[in-house]
Amino acid sequence: MTVGTLMGIVTLVFFVMFLGIVVWAYSSRRRADFDEASRLPLNDIGDDRQHGERRS
Amino acid sequence: MDATPRYNEKVVRQFTLVTVFWGIIGMAVGVLIAAQLLFPSLNFDVPWLTYSRLRPLHTNAVIFAFGGSGLFATSYYVVQRTCHTGLFGDRFKLAAFTFWGWQAVIVGAVITLPMGLTQSKEYAELIWPLDILIAVVWVVYAIVFFGTIVKRKAKHIYVANWFFGAYVLTVALLHIINSIQIPTSWTHSYPVYSGAVDAMVQWWYGHNAVGFFLTAGFLGMMYYFVPKQAERPIYSYRLSVVHFWALISIYMWAGPHHLHYTSLPEWAQSLGMAFSLILLAPSWGGMINGIMTLSGAWHKLRDDPIIRFLIVSLSFYGMATFEGPMMSIKTVNALSHYTDWTIGHVHAGALGWVAFITIGSLYALIPRLYGKTQMYSVKAISLHFWVATIGVVLYIAAMWISGVMQGLMWRASNPDGTLTYSFIQALQATYPYYAVRLLGGILFLAGMVIMAWNTWRTISGPRPVAQTAAATA
Repeated sequence: MTVGTLMGIVTLVFFVMFLGIVVWAYSSRRRADFDEASRLPLNDIGDDRQHGERRS
Repeated sequence: MDATPRYNEKVVRQFTLVTVFWGIIGMAVGVLIAAQLLFPSLNFDVPWLTYSRLRPLHTNAVIFAFGGSGLFATSYYVVQRTCHTGLFGDRFKLAAFTFWGWQAVIVGAVITLPMGLTQSKEYAELIWPLDILIAVVWVVYAIVFFGTIVKRKAKHIYVANWFFGAYVLTVALLHIINSIQIPTSWTHSYPVYSGAVDAMVQWWYGHNAVGFFLTAGFLGMMYYFVPKQAERPIYSYRLSVVHFWALISIYMWAGPHHLHYTSLPEWAQSLGMAFSLILLAPSWGGMINGIMTLSGAWHKLRDDPIIRFLIVSLSFYGMATFEGPMMSIKTVNALSHYTDWTIGHVHAGALGWVAFITIGSLYALIPRLYGKTQMYSVKAISLHFWVATIGVVLYIAAMWISGVMQGLMWRASNPDGTLTYSFIQALQATYPYYAVRLLGGILFLAGMVIMAWNTWRTISGPRPVAQTAAATA
């Protein structure tokens, strides 16, 4: 097997891996976890601004 | 709510303040060298002030001192806040070491570059002792960052941390591999690579510095501060996952587009061009994801100048990542390369995207770090926005026009095959645009001075909390 063929196979493997990531990310089973993760910047523990609001 | 974890905010404050400081220094040097191109006598015949020595000082100061400090500040802040835990290794003052180490690198650059001490690799000019210091600081940075992720209290690793993580890891790899040198003295060394291999390694480094330092890192900033400031979650978390993996796997291969029509093998040039074109998709994935976060709340764009900074930065990101793939097409590159068009493209990204997202994020961050509800003057943020925007637009438009004109004049030939214009004629024709560029640069610098004033008033002035309770309404 030449280096060229090997590189072609590697490229193909990476492409299939990427398709796998797309399927994984868009599967409905991920929805709940992703929703939870996407709220992390908003549910900030100890945000000074939130403290300020509470104090006023 | 749970008890507040012990966040390390000191290091974030330190990095935040030096970001503003180095921004002014780096951009002031940029303004000086832009003026030198217009009035060459401004080097005063002093070797330390020549264009050739100050230009790397400008690029190092704005990329690594301003941008780098901004990334340190926001990554340390974001990783703590989204992991619900303090920084790893605070007992051994690891984060403090990265602050003082990074400042030492910058001071080293400020001293050595004007002395003419350089490795002559673009964006990797610093001499080998400084390279070693960078590597040490960066490895400690990686330990702090990933250590914090490992000890996180939150279940998920928020997507901003994925981008910051990719940036920390890849910059370590790029810097160490590109900087392998054989020293001949304390200030001089030879690279282990030679010829076309050296060029390829250099631009593998150079373009991935764009891809991972100036893109992935600042996307990490974007993924935290856009949702935070808009007070709504990112438009599509799925899209962020997909475009993350696409972006980091494709950027790695785009470097050869810096070496079109050189002695680099033809296939490598074409490969670089193909990957650069594909890059448009993941780049725009990030832009769309950021901008669409405002979907349903577009009025915030009108009411909140911080949101304006963040969203306009994404627009410039979209423009620059459209322009980049176009310029990587070999036939377009034949016109654009070595002209001011490249300078315009770089500044659309560096000022429009990198500086704007940093400025917007810092305006959101500074009041939080100092227990204030908002910046001292919101009107000054708005003024900064307009001054900076006009500055960027003048800069980019001037460089587009002069770049395309240069490219056309250099390639124009008479029927007998001789060149239509001499080089000096093309140079003379660019003068008016150099003046416009200088004006754009001065405006952008003026915006940073407004920011410094606003920051100083915010952190020094005692501002009653109750007075600004309506700020977030």
